[in-house]
Parts: sequence; structure tokens; C-alpha cells
Amino acid sequence: MAQFLQTVVSGLALGSIYGSLALALVLIYKATEVINFAQGEMAMFTTYISWALITHHGMSYWPAFFVTLLIAFAGGIGLQTVVVRPLARASVLTVVMATIALLVILNGAAAWIWSPQLQFYPSPFPTSSWVIGGVHISKQDAGTFGVVAACVVVLALFFRFTKLGLAMRAGALNPAAARLMGVRTSLLLALGWGFAAVLGAVSGMMVAPTFFLTPNMMQAVLIYAFAAAVLGGLESPVGAVTGGVLLGVMLNLITQYVTFVTPDLQLPVALGILLVVLLIRPSGLLGRAVVRRV
Amino acid sequence: MAALLELNDVSARYGQVAALHGISLTVGEGEVVALLGANGAGKTTTLRAVSGTVRRSGEVILGGKRLTRSGPEAVARNGVAHVPEGRGIFTQLSVWENLRMGAYMRRGRPDFKTVLDYFPWLDARRNQQAGTLSGGEQQMLALARAFLQRPKLLMLDEPSLGLAPLVTREVFRVVTDLNEKEGLAVLVVEQNAAIALGVARRAYVLETGSIALAGSADELRSNDAIRTAYLGY
Repeated sequence: MAQFLQTVVSGLALGSIYGSLALALVLIYKATEVINFAQGEMAMFTTYISWALITHHGMSYWPAFFVTLLIAFAGGIGLQTVVVRPLARASVLTVVMATIALLVILNGAAAWIWSPQLQFYPSPFPTSSWVIGGVHISKQDAGTFGVVAACVVVLALFFRFTKLGLAMRAGALNPAAARLMGVRTSLLLALGWGFAAVLGAVSGMMVAPTFFLTPNMMQAVLIYAFAAAVLGGLESPVGAVTGGVLLGVMLNLITQYVTFVTPDLQLPVALGILLVVLLIRPSGLLGRAVVRRV
Repeated sequence: MAALLELNDVSARYGQVAALHGISLTVGEGEVVALLGANGAGKTTTLRAVSGTVRRSGEVILGGKRLTRSGPEAVARNGVAHVPEGRGIFTQLSVWENLRMGAYMRRGRPDFKTVLDYFPWLDARRNQQAGTLSGGEQQMLALARAFLQRPKLLMLDEPSLGLAPLVTREVFRVVTDLNEKEGLAVLVVEQNAAIALGVARRAYVLETGSIALAGSADELRSNDAIRTAYLGY
């Protein structure tokens, strides 16, 4: 039993990371129906920035963390303005291609600036753990979960209670009507990219202490995030987070209890889940099937 | 009467297809004007040319300000509330969130109290998902939301579409109320000429993208030849 709970708890931490990146994907998808393939590399790039701030510029962890979030926010808005907005009238596929180009560029740029070598990334949390009823809860896992949860809650409150958050939701649902209410939808789309970049940066900085820092660090995480987003429903922010947490816990349980699934097989298992969801319930657990009136 | 809205030689096209051929019309301060005509005559396009949701040439002037190059956000910010075809309700948001969107451009607390004077039933439905309202209720919500924009000009596209006659009458009663008590100018597109002429002071009849007729509502109503040829009742 203790073993089981422990597996669940450490799955929660990883799952929350998948969930935050999945949420970033959903934010952009809901507003523009574009899957941002560069989401993982954007996260990786900002994680490198935080690493450079800490190791080369002598900042301590938390100031570097928050400065990085600001940089990510500005960077997300910048990328949307420079790369995506000029394609406003292009087809969704064109924009998706542009995000793939962005993926390659960011990956190459990171390797060029910071070298492709594996780097140690510091963790803000102690390596010790609490023992509650025989279950070891590592402070690293608890801290990761806490940070991601805090970000998601802040974002949820923003969307629920502020005028700007409401306008972003309305703009995603019916951009033409929102513009008739005076909403400058193109600015809000940029803001959405900013938020997505911040979420990505959080997931990158939380995953880096476990996965080590390399330019390819986020590629597997992005696939987990895809699986999580599809599992929860690509149209549903709550679904994305839930899907991420579920996926993290499920993968941990499967590697723990199904003997032939080694940790190396986690990725194929995640892809298997993705495939099964697409076959059985393409709209995801919490998504609703999109019916368009023609 | 000073013209609030003035269209001079306005044309608009969808891709290769021209929908408006140089129309000119005016709406005075506090005036209700109806745009009548058959399907495809260009009524909806005329509203869209004002709100900037279709590309147009010519002159669109609101309160002395040229809006011909303005997009929909800018036109809305200059005081035009356009309730489009299909009403543009955010169906997945709550009734209250829809109303808050109407007040998006306003600083400070939205004037929900005045809105509830005109639409008292909205209060009890505030948390209901807007898409679950009946057609008539959605039309009323769209009106209430447009009113919260505090516009100088309200543009309605076929408010009677798909509504029962009694509900239609109720919608037009509220429109008349808003016009008389709040001094709101209204430009309304209608297929149902009888009801529109009952509310409007003047009307324009459109035919294949041009203005075929213009006059006071009384003139248009009392002229039998016009009634049978253009208004179909």
C-alpha cells in the first residue's frame, strides 16, 4: 500500500508538469485552432535563460525564476507578433508549419548559444523527504506540484474573474462577436501566447532538475503533454491539467506494476494512450464534441 | 436634424461579388430607421459596411468622424453597437458573462441596474449558460448586451428572425423603449416590413445592392403600389 501511494505521489509531480505544458498547448489551440509544436522548445529555451541567470549571472534561484517568467511572457508575445500574426490570414496548416520551423530554430539556437552538452540544473527544493504513514514524499515532488498548481490556479482566477480574462475566453469562442464589443482580439492572441510561454517556462524549470538540461530536454515532455491534452480534451483547459496529472500517475503505476514496462517504455505507452483516446473518445475526457452549424 | 450616421456612395464586395453599389443614407440623432428589402438585397452588408466587418469604399461618417478605414473594434469604440445576423451570443458563457462583455469598453462599474430595468428577467438567469436560452431570450440578451456598450447607434440585423410573432412584438417594444427613453438611434434591418415600419420613422428599401426607395414610414405604408412591389404585404 505504501509503495502504491508513493508511486501515485511521485506521478502527481511529473503529471503536473505534463499538465502545465498541455495547458499551454490548449490555451493557444482554443484561441486559434493551432497546435504550437514549438511549445516544448520555447520552454527549453527559457529554462536555459534561467540557468544562465543562475550560473553565469550569479542570481539566486527564485529571483531568476521570476525574471525568467517575465522574459518568457515577453518572448511569447514577441514570437506571436513576429511569426504568427503576419500569418493571420493564412491557413491553420501554414501556421502549424511555422511553429515547427520555430521548434527547429529554437533547438538549434539553444545548442549554438549554450552548447548541446548536458548541464546540471539546480533544484530549489531540498532532496530530503517527509515520511507520512510509511509513505516517502520527496520535497522535490511536493515543491514541483505546488509551484505548478499555484501557476494554474492564478491563471484560472485570471480567466474567471478579470475583464481581460473574460474577453480572452469570449474572443476564443466567437472572435467576430468579440470584436463588435470593442475587443482587440489580435492583442489578446498575443497575450495568450505570453501566458502559454510562461506555463511552458514553469514546466521546463520544474522538469530540468530531474531530466538535466539539454536542448532536447522538452521533446519527450511535449509528447507527454500532447497525450495529456488529447486525453483531457484539446478544447478544455481543466481537461488538459487533469489529463496531465492522470497521465503522470498512470505511467508511474504502469512502470511500477507491469513488469515488462521499463521506464524506457514510458513514451511508447503514452503514445499508446494517445492512440486509444483518439480511437475511442476523440473529444477527450472533458472535451465536448465540436458540432459546427453549416 | 443633425445626421448621426452618414453613408456616402458606399460600396462593398465579398471577394469578386459586389454586394453594395454606392449607397447613400443617413440616420439622425435619436432616430429609428429601417432598412427593408428582399433576401440578398444588401441589407446585412449595409450594416456590416458600417461596423467594418466587410471591406468597403466610399464614406462612412459617424458623428462627424470618418470610419471608412476603421475595423470593427474601432467602430465599436466610436459608439456603434452591432447585433449581427445570428445575434453573436457567446453561447458557452453565462448570461452574466455575456453582459460583462457588452460593458468591456466601459471604464468603472457597468450600469447593470439600468439594464435590469429594461430586462428584469435577466437577473434570475444570470448564471445560466447563454446557449440554453430560447431564441427570443437570446435576442433580448443581445439587445441588453448592446445597450451596455452605451452606443450612440444601435444596429439590429433581423431581430425577428426565427421568433414567434408575440416575441417579435416584445423585442420591438423594448427597442422602441430604448429609443424613446434613452435617445438611442437605431438602424434596423428587417424582412418583416410591417413591424419595422411600425417602429421606424423613416425607411430605405434596398434592391440588388442599391437604394430603390426612401421615405417616411407613413409614406411607404400608405402607398399601395410600393407595398405590393417592395414590401410584400
